[in-house]
Amino acid sequence: MQWAGFAYLVAAICFIMALRGLSHPESARNGNRFGMAGMAIAVITTILMPNVVSYEWIIAGIVIGGVIGAVIAKKIVMTALPQLVAAFHSLVGLAAVFVAAAAFYNPGAYDIGTAGHIAVASLIEMSLGTAIGAVTFTGSVVAFGKLQGVFGSKPLVFPGQHLLNAALGLLLLGLVVWFCMVQEPWVFWAIVLLSFAIGLLLILPIGGADMPVVVSMLNSYSGWAACGIGFTLANTALIITGALVGASGAILSYIMCKGMNRSIFNVILGGFGGESGGGAGPAGDDDRPVKSGGPEDAAFMMKQAESVIIVPGYGMAVAQAQHALREMAELLKSNGAQVRYAIHPVAGRMPGHMNVLLAEANVDYDDVLELEEINRDFSSTDVVFVIGANDVTNPAAKTDQASPIYGMPILNVEEAEQVLFVKRSMSPGYAGVQNELFFRDNTTMLFGDAKKMCEDIVKALER
Amino acid sequence: MDKQQLLQQAQSLQEEARTLAEKAGELASQAAQMAQPAAEAAAAGGGHTPFIFLFTAFVLACFVGYYVVWSVTPALHSPLMGVTNAISSVIIVGALIAAGPEGSDISKIFGFVAIVLASVNIFGGFLVTNRMLGMFRKKQK
Repeated sequence: MQWAGFAYLVAAICFIMALRGLSHPESARNGNRFGMAGMAIAVITTILMPNVVSYEWIIAGIVIGGVIGAVIAKKIVMTALPQLVAAFHSLVGLAAVFVAAAAFYNPGAYDIGTAGHIAVASLIEMSLGTAIGAVTFTGSVVAFGKLQGVFGSKPLVFPGQHLLNAALGLLLLGLVVWFCMVQEPWVFWAIVLLSFAIGLLLILPIGGADMPVVVSMLNSYSGWAACGIGFTLANTALIITGALVGASGAILSYIMCKGMNRSIFNVILGGFGGESGGGAGPAGDDDRPVKSGGPEDAAFMMKQAESVIIVPGYGMAVAQAQHALREMAELLKSNGAQVRYAIHPVAGRMPGHMNVLLAEANVDYDDVLELEEINRDFSSTDVVFVIGANDVTNPAAKTDQASPIYGMPILNVEEAEQVLFVKRSMSPGYAGVQNELFFRDNTTMLFGDAKKMCEDIVKALER
Repeated sequence: MDKQQLLQQAQSLQEEARTLAEKAGELASQAAQMAQPAAEAAAAGGGHTPFIFLFTAFVLACFVGYYVVWSVTPALHSPLMGVTNAISSVIIVGALIAAGPEGSDISKIFGFVAIVLASVNIFGGFLVTNRMLGMFRKKQK
């Protein structure tokens, strides 16, 4: 069986190469090929093992799953990526639960003892993998529901929530100990059900715009679940891959949290932006005058501009405005202006969401810049075009200590000569805070649907 | 007389040798019996890597993951999630072992379901990542 161990190691190295490739768009496609090769090696190695003989079951399973997966991947629209990723995470979690169940009912196949006499170490690893997998499953289902709009994206909070979660966590710990002692099937299923409940309760109180953190966190969980199962099976490919995925998700969660200047606990405990209107902050003074304009005004302003920065946000994704936006940018470029895009780390509903949408619309990735790269250029920019973003441009984050978003890194949009702000209405953003920027002298509000507005500006520019 | 004595001595020696041989045989079989469980354990333990080795691999992989993921450009964070999602389906290895043996007991059905779930993820994850990365191309002007 030595060769199998080597083959699994090769698979793990392929996975590392797959992640390494993502350091640059040019090397990324090759990296993805490495990932596929690694997966093929791992699967074939396992099928070649002497005790794996029911090929018809295996092939049927792979074909059924493969066809479903391929069709989904082909049909999905890019704006729906976050919910797709959430749905995929739930599958990994559920698969982990099923593998653990199989190992519990037929430990002989995995060489970890006989039914009822499984080594305690294996039981601990198994129950950890099961619990994390089950939490990942229901948590991801809720995240999917919130992103897809099946459930409201508003956080669901009720009194005693944290107490309940803590109690359930302790109960789960007790069940794991009990499971290791008696090895009864009902305790196993009790662990599964309880973890399902914990997954639901963990994600329900978290609001829609915190989903980048949640999706990354669930990404991390699915990795740790694979790790737990890997220890049970004494399989290094699973352990190494699980650790890679776990680390990746954890780092992404950290980056997202930093982008909002909030701690991971603050996000997980949830309820942010739930209190309607947000007691603090000048959310009430809506009657202050704002300057508003139409597509012709915007087109006129941008025609004069030598430099334009576009700030896209989730609203652009919702309105599917990326193609119209690119068309507008192309016209401005042919007019001689420098056009760039500024991406805030938490723009959209998953890490890197905006970059994918702009890439889909054929925007050159060299024109798309991150917050640190472009933030000092705003002061020398003629026009900033904010489309579908809100809280990430709010200067109150720098000045108003009472604001819930105080301390959050923001794009210095207010430093530009002119700011054009595409928005449907004056409603405040996710944090429930009114944006100071709306009332500035150099801001012009463009009320309307993001896509329609871009198309109208294009028409006005062509005239 | 001498001859007889010699003969007798030889006979007694012969007998002693026989008993010794028998004892040696018994001892040998005893030793073999005692060694058998150890050998069995060693054979069974062949698949079992000691926990510390697995744990070492785990900790080192965490470090590799940490450094590799920090080198990923922020623009590709979505494809990163796609890839990690696809490769975490390597859990299919466990599912294949469960569905592999002959017969059809409950654990085989669990294994089959897990194969289907993981396959959706493998194919879906890699293909959707491929689609995303296909869009990140240098645009010719």
